[in-house]
Amino acid sequence: MRPFEYVRPSEAAEAIRARGVAGADTAYLAGGTTLLDLMKLDVIHPAQLVDITRIQGKAYRKVERTDAGLRIGALVSMAELAANEILLKDYPVLSQSLWLAASAQLRNMARVGGNVLQRTRCSYFRDTSYTECNKRTPGSGCAALDGFHRGHAVLGTSDQCIAMYPGDWAQALIALDALVEVLGANGPRSLRFADLHRLPGNTPNIENNLKPGELITGFVIPSGAWRRSLYRKIRDRESYAFANASAAVALDLNGDVLRDVRIGLGGVATIPWRARKAEEMLRGKPLTEANATAAADAEFADARPRQHNRFKVALGKATLVRALLEARDMKV
Amino acid sequence: MDPRISNITLEINGRQHRLAVDTRMTLLDALREKLGLTGSKKGCDHGQCGACTVHVDGERHLSCLTLAVAAEGTKVVTIEGLEDSSGLHPMQQAFIDHDAFQCGYCTPGQIMSAVACVHEGHVHDDAEIREYMSGNLCRCAAYPNIVAAIKQAAAKMGQG
Repeated sequence: MRPFEYVRPSEAAEAIRARGVAGADTAYLAGGTTLLDLMKLDVIHPAQLVDITRIQGKAYRKVERTDAGLRIGALVSMAELAANEILLKDYPVLSQSLWLAASAQLRNMARVGGNVLQRTRCSYFRDTSYTECNKRTPGSGCAALDGFHRGHAVLGTSDQCIAMYPGDWAQALIALDALVEVLGANGPRSLRFADLHRLPGNTPNIENNLKPGELITGFVIPSGAWRRSLYRKIRDRESYAFANASAAVALDLNGDVLRDVRIGLGGVATIPWRARKAEEMLRGKPLTEANATAAADAEFADARPRQHNRFKVALGKATLVRALLEARDMKV
Repeated sequence: MDPRISNITLEINGRQHRLAVDTRMTLLDALREKLGLTGSKKGCDHGQCGACTVHVDGERHLSCLTLAVAAEGTKVVTIEGLEDSSGLHPMQQAFIDHDAFQCGYCTPGQIMSAVACVHEGHVHDDAEIREYMSGNLCRCAAYPNIVAAIKQAAAKMGQG
């Protein structure tokens, strides 16, 4: 690991000033589970870490119902949030997508603010002995295109990058139209979670729409009746693995008919993936296996699989159909 | 002074330790290299294997992905701090009773994780124990014996 300075401010404003002073070559440190991993690999090498775990303010650490919806502080740990009573009862998809991720130790350490910014697991990104990686070194090429890409994305790819977004919770957030609260040098602002991540396009090195130094301070889940929601995650092993395919679904059923349906897909895309085409096909229709299958087909119609990840198209569709039917049959 | 060296105080197993650390030093390296507490093991050093598991403020954490400077102000318990005046912790005894290891390298991390698993209440059946212990890999595959040991210790710890 390369040398860095470490600062531990007690106020959020101080943290933002610290990052502003040091310039772009800095990073916020909370759980550190992605950051320190990538620093050890020399994939990233900030000159300064700003530890935000001691910044004062209950709002960063609590989950509460507000007029705008459910607000979740960014410094709540994944484990604490997964066990939250409100989530377990009223938003099962938010809880399940957390506890099906990582390991118990990592979920204790990682905070949800950093969780959504987790970096890809693409081996060519993580291994600096490969010179080609447009995400790590813009313009250098992409070793994954003709390399081993079984775990890579089939949706939202570009000819510059096919790296998969590895997180789970983000699929639930995008499905439920969450908002992200951020604090920057010019004060607080909020953006739609769907506008947080950027498709790789020609600039896979720019992964999100946060401005330099902006800090995620919380999330708001707009009020909604989402007790009929769940997260299905298909992995190579039963626990502690990244998704080959996953689906976050939330249903509003009127009898057999879908008044509303929300779908986030994981394991198959370059960013948290809102399945708007599938939702559109299902809204107002009875939730039958045939309709679910047609919707899954439509969502994956533009999939761009390569040699090793062709299975993800079939698996992604099957995962979505299964999640929809299981949510339909939930006793709520 | 070089801003990349920090004078810190760490509370390990109830004792305060003053030490100067490079900001890059992980809690795991501080335990092993600075304090001689070599029970916590370095396996992958990337948060994947669980061999370095310790308790931080009562929660199981990975000491290889924790900076020593960032651990200041927390209470750390390692495998060396598990035993009390009455002898081995029930989990340590259960691992011996069930031969829950072969080479033993992952064992300190397994035991620290297992104690936390019991405290968290994730020991209702074998499947739950396996799920909540999945962050601790055992290349000798002593898993069935580890599950058996955890069940025995959970009963002794009053949460079986």
